[in-house]
Amino acid sequence: MNAQNVDAPSAYFLAEVSSEIETHTLSLIVDNEPGVLARVIGLFSGRGYNIDSLTVSETEHEKHLSRITIVTTGTPMIIEQIRHQLDRLVPVHRVTDLTVRAKRINQDKPLERELALVKVTGTGEKRLEALRLADAFRTTVIDATTEHFVFEITGRTSKIEQFIAIMKPLGLVEVSRTGVAAVQRGPEEL
Amino acid sequence: MTREMTGAEMVIQALKDQGVDTIFGYPGGAVLPIYDEIIQQEGLEHILVRHEQGAGHAAEGYARSTGKPGVALVTSGPGATNMVTALTDAMLDSIPLVCISGQVPTHLIGNDAFQECDTVGITRPCTKHNWLVRNVDDLPRILHEAFYVATSGRPGPVVVDIPKDVQFATGTYQGPTPNPAAAHKSYRPQVKGDAAGIRKVVELMAAAKKPILYTGGGVINSGPQACRLLRELVSLTGFPITSTLMGLGAYPASGENWLGMLGMHGTYEANMTMHDCDLMVCIGARFDDRITGRTDAFSPNSIKIHIDIDPSSINKTVNVDLPIIGDVGHVLEDMVRLWRSSSKKADEKALKTWWQQIDAWRARNSLAYKPNNDIIMPQYAIQRLYELTKHRKTFISTEVGQHQMWAAQFYGFEEPNRWLTSGGLGTMGYGLPAAIGAQVAHRDALCVDIAGDASILMNIQEMSTAVQFGLPVKVFILNNQYMGMVRQWQQLLHGNRLSHSYTDSLPDFVKLAEAYGGVGLRVEKPGDLDGAIEEMIAVDKPVLFDCRVANLANCFPMIPSGKAHNEMLLPDEANDEAVANAISAEGKSLV
Repeated sequence: MNAQNVDAPSAYFLAEVSSEIETHTLSLIVDNEPGVLARVIGLFSGRGYNIDSLTVSETEHEKHLSRITIVTTGTPMIIEQIRHQLDRLVPVHRVTDLTVRAKRINQDKPLERELALVKVTGTGEKRLEALRLADAFRTTVIDATTEHFVFEITGRTSKIEQFIAIMKPLGLVEVSRTGVAAVQRGPEEL
Repeated sequence: MTREMTGAEMVIQALKDQGVDTIFGYPGGAVLPIYDEIIQQEGLEHILVRHEQGAGHAAEGYARSTGKPGVALVTSGPGATNMVTALTDAMLDSIPLVCISGQVPTHLIGNDAFQECDTVGITRPCTKHNWLVRNVDDLPRILHEAFYVATSGRPGPVVVDIPKDVQFATGTYQGPTPNPAAAHKSYRPQVKGDAAGIRKVVELMAAAKKPILYTGGGVINSGPQACRLLRELVSLTGFPITSTLMGLGAYPASGENWLGMLGMHGTYEANMTMHDCDLMVCIGARFDDRITGRTDAFSPNSIKIHIDIDPSSINKTVNVDLPIIGDVGHVLEDMVRLWRSSSKKADEKALKTWWQQIDAWRARNSLAYKPNNDIIMPQYAIQRLYELTKHRKTFISTEVGQHQMWAAQFYGFEEPNRWLTSGGLGTMGYGLPAAIGAQVAHRDALCVDIAGDASILMNIQEMSTAVQFGLPVKVFILNNQYMGMVRQWQQLLHGNRLSHSYTDSLPDFVKLAEAYGGVGLRVEKPGDLDGAIEEMIAVDKPVLFDCRVANLANCFPMIPSGKAHNEMLLPDEANDEAVANAISAEGKSLV
């Protein structure tokens, strides 16, 4: 009974105790029907929740099911709200908090990957430096002329952020990112 | 049954198969095929309103007074946008509402066609779910699904948007599935509460020394059986019980454990009992901000149990200790059974002390007002209305404002589904169409809209509907020539600068009633009130009752914004100075 176990005189202070902002990755299985993404996004904007990243694609064609992966931030109370609010949307089959699942098996985070296409222009020493670093980040060159490269990089969000930051002084002109795709570690299915 | 028919025929057939007997609507270009079917059939009565918002609220009134879903039919574009207020209202008050809207033909969608709007886009945040039907073969399934979604789980409004070419197209009609909950691929709300959790609830209740039952509209939504079980639980335990605005009538106002409504304009005893309790059992209510007041001082020493069918209601504004997800009726059934079978007993000694404390709060007489022999006090008007109508089958609807709160405070509701009010959204203009909806469903009953002079003008055109369909609704206007609640807040918050809350040039309500073909009555003296109310009841026509009341009366008791349950402003303490200083700087930014 949390209201009694804590010395705080009211529920408000209880909320204060655990009001640290957390980042969670949510996975939604939804009917791939018109408007379903608008429902999800509208819920976030309408209720003032954050979206750090969102990816969506049909994952089970025969059942017309899509998987939406959302990275969001908020207090534990807000994250719980987000999960329940999403869950009551009619075309939503399942909402899973992958971050909570990961913690349950003593992992910090679920498996998360992102892909980015990074266009860098330039000549001379800067161009060589960009290529060397791109190599070190294990990117793939998917397009090039004597004046530019397009690198394809895959990895955790932090790695992509780092690569983009490094490319900035070396002639970075364009970035396109997919957002985070995530699954739980281990043999268990969602 | 399976049969070939047009989309428009399917709409009528599906409504009939869903047990619908009445729809409220307004025709227009994009729904003409459906209207063409309406005139060629029997069994489905169409009530022609004068504004689509009226159709929505009338359907809500029908739904709230019957427990069945309300159905509205509107055209595309402005027809649909006029419906948005009613949909939002039904969303916030969890009223099952099925709205069918016409849409421009599919090939014109996205073309800025005449009377086109993105209906599903506009209504997405104010419905539980909505559908744009692009293929006639999907129409029967979607129509039946719409009724399932609107009425199951936490009820709410849905919209089915049907392009005109789909209404003309021919397809195969399928009847409703026998078990829609099992058949639905993703929406299957939990109705049965967790058994272990309910056992714990019963244990906590037996151990409680200062308990309270805090109930809400969920009990009404769950149905008459839930209300019976609630009453049984109260008599088994002897616990005090309060309710939100939406839950009035679930437990009778004459019941001896009744504390009155709680919240911003609730009674002193209800709010103090909430504040000082050691166990709060919230049944079908949602800790709305009108209820909790300042959340950091909300019932600080209690264990909180929350029974709700909607998991997103749990821990939304107030952290609870024990949530039970399920339909109130099912959970109450388990609670009552367990309480009986486990020979659990409430702590009678502790309860006795608790009731003594509650009686001391009751003695504060927080609803008191100064009687007046020359001017009608608004509270007195409601009291007389209650006394003269309580022996009848009476449905009371309201608009929004001071009159609404006085109605909630002074009209005693003995039965569920007799009280129709806009709680969550606070929609002025709700009451008259809602009374019309209730009257359509209960032709022999007395349906009274307790109104204010400002609110009634927001949907006054529905008088015409009432006259056309022979619906003798009674509009009991507490006329103080002000938007009373706006003025009260200006007195509380804005140094008594009454910016635009005085309505100059009000219509002559008696003449207005006559202009519509109804009856107008006006009363200015307390001594004439009873006779006039009797006359109003006796008239078999719609009535506008212009009850001239004290212009500057305010609604107390009140928890000022930003204050806690135990910081109520009581009527005898509410002098000008207290009112001017009641709300702190922080509270001023709240609503």
